[in-house]
Amino acid sequence: MDRLLFGDNQFFGVNHMSEEKARAQAMRFQDIEAIQSVLDDAYDEGVTTFMCTTHDRIAEVTAHVRANPERYPDQKFFPCMPYAHKYANAMTEDGPIGAIRRFLPDGGILDAAMRGGMSLAKKDIEGVTTLLIDAEMKMFEGLSTPVIFLQNVVVDLLLGMGFLDAFATFAEHVRTRYQAEPGFITMNTPMLLDALDQVGLVNPIVCSNINKLGFRMSGGVEGYQQALEKRPFRAIAMSVFASGAIPPAEAIEWICAQPNIESIVFGASSRAHIAATRDEVKKYW
Amino acid sequence: MIRVGVVGMGKMGLSHLSIFRAHPQVELAGICDANGYLLSVLGKYTGIPTYSSYETMLAKAELDAVVIATPSALHAPMVRTALDRGLHVFCEKPFCLDPATSEELAALAAAKELVTAVGYHYRFVGTFAEIKRLLDAGAIGEVTLAQAEAFGPVVLKRQGSTWRSKKQLGGGSLYDYAAHPLNLLNWYLGSPSWVGGTVLQPVFSSETDDQVAGTMRFDSGATGQISVNWSDESERKMSTKITLWGTRGRIHADRQELQVYLREEGPAGYRKGWTVKYTTELTKEVWFYLRGEEYSAQADDFITRVAEHRTDGVNSFTAATATDQTLAMLVADAESPTKPRGGLRRLIGR
Repeated sequence: MDRLLFGDNQFFGVNHMSEEKARAQAMRFQDIEAIQSVLDDAYDEGVTTFMCTTHDRIAEVTAHVRANPERYPDQKFFPCMPYAHKYANAMTEDGPIGAIRRFLPDGGILDAAMRGGMSLAKKDIEGVTTLLIDAEMKMFEGLSTPVIFLQNVVVDLLLGMGFLDAFATFAEHVRTRYQAEPGFITMNTPMLLDALDQVGLVNPIVCSNINKLGFRMSGGVEGYQQALEKRPFRAIAMSVFASGAIPPAEAIEWICAQPNIESIVFGASSRAHIAATRDEVKKYW
Repeated sequence: MIRVGVVGMGKMGLSHLSIFRAHPQVELAGICDANGYLLSVLGKYTGIPTYSSYETMLAKAELDAVVIATPSALHAPMVRTALDRGLHVFCEKPFCLDPATSEELAALAAAKELVTAVGYHYRFVGTFAEIKRLLDAGAIGEVTLAQAEAFGPVVLKRQGSTWRSKKQLGGGSLYDYAAHPLNLLNWYLGSPSWVGGTVLQPVFSSETDDQVAGTMRFDSGATGQISVNWSDESERKMSTKITLWGTRGRIHADRQELQVYLREEGPAGYRKGWTVKYTTELTKEVWFYLRGEEYSAQADDFITRVAEHRTDGVNSFTAATATDQTLAMLVADAESPTKPRGGLRRLIGR
């Protein structure tokens, strides 16, 4: 994995500080050209991995990169699935089973599974899970996707419930079907590491908030620091600026001083900011 | 350990299941749902005992507390059964569709000294809790005008029917969306003494409302306005906003940001003029995070109160009863004979 990964929150109106700012960003990036232009800047500044949700609009980016292989020879994607609001809004209307049926290419498999009853459950779960993953991966066909992530809402929902086999099912499918490493995004790293241990996932890639403030780091800054020092996992830090609450230079100095962090994922809306972050990180790493 | 059962495996039920099971003081002792397939999958993969009958779960699972996340119309009978068995109850919002029942059940729980909570999680959002603190400190003086809003992308087209699309079952944007900002107004300003100008209006739904507009007067003298639309695709997810104007300033907040304007120096941290605070500063860390700190915070508050046997709480049955009463006033006003029944659409349609 590259040391710096480019994130996509800024493109989709996600801002953990201000709804107004989020809306301004959504307006600025409503044309795909505006997104692509910032991605081109990132690529040209040497940040060639795009860690992105499987939002419908990403399909326009992947189509562009697929059509221009000579422009982006080193472009890598780290897909993060699913785009959770799509499921959450569907669940409000149709309940969990209805929401899953809605996003399957063929709802029939779920109906057949339900008729089959309990004895088929394990095979069905794996079948449905892999179909859902394949549906989300369609937009990345023919592109480099060396790491595929499960989003934190799903990871943490399963984690709390104790539905841990799903992590192994996800990892297995991502490895065999896409020859990719599975990754897990979470807001509960210390607890997730225990769970991944339990289902035999060794040295997993785990992406979580890691920042000086302890913002959205369940288990606490100390719990995270202990995990970084003692536990074998490949850590990716996100939200290192705590949504802008920590000044950039201070945030980067702190994060680079933490042990065993393999990569940082960050978002930016201008070439100058991308370059500044890259240069700041270069001072320490 | 506190033995907890969860009934209703919809969006909120699954979320509660995850958060409560992750709580260090909780033994998740049973789950219950009418969908046998979903239940069997959850049972098989989580190892939690499953029950297709609520009564059986209450009889066999040796629970201390139950979390009720079923369609709203089922809340009242399920809460009653649980209270009769001496269980502490966490119930999803809205509490009961008939406020007389809400009062009765709140009184029953009080008589039995049971711990109660209703899932109005916005009271646990840092910015909205800070508003309460500022009002209690008199920061903006006497509140004269309040605006409560909620917008989001839930019903964006005409579609099939679920309980959420049926008013009698507690569906619609009034019970699902408007209940939250109204519950905040109840917290800040009390119960309205008068409600007028209420329009509950469909946008795409055939059997219930997708938007809510209405005006309230509070005993304190404040006027409140509610404005809700859950057919708004411009929002990524539910966005709730509160704005309060007072004799000494103004407060505006959503779940991430608090903007305060004070005419004079205010409580510590609030200067004359503008002060802006963010969720990063106002939110307390939680032991487990899923979807937002507030969901974990409300679960922890309930479990802690059960452990300490404290029946008073910020989102108790009594507090939620005030919101049920407000909702009922809005419904009665919307349906009053002086109004065009069924909202504008029907009026224009003719």
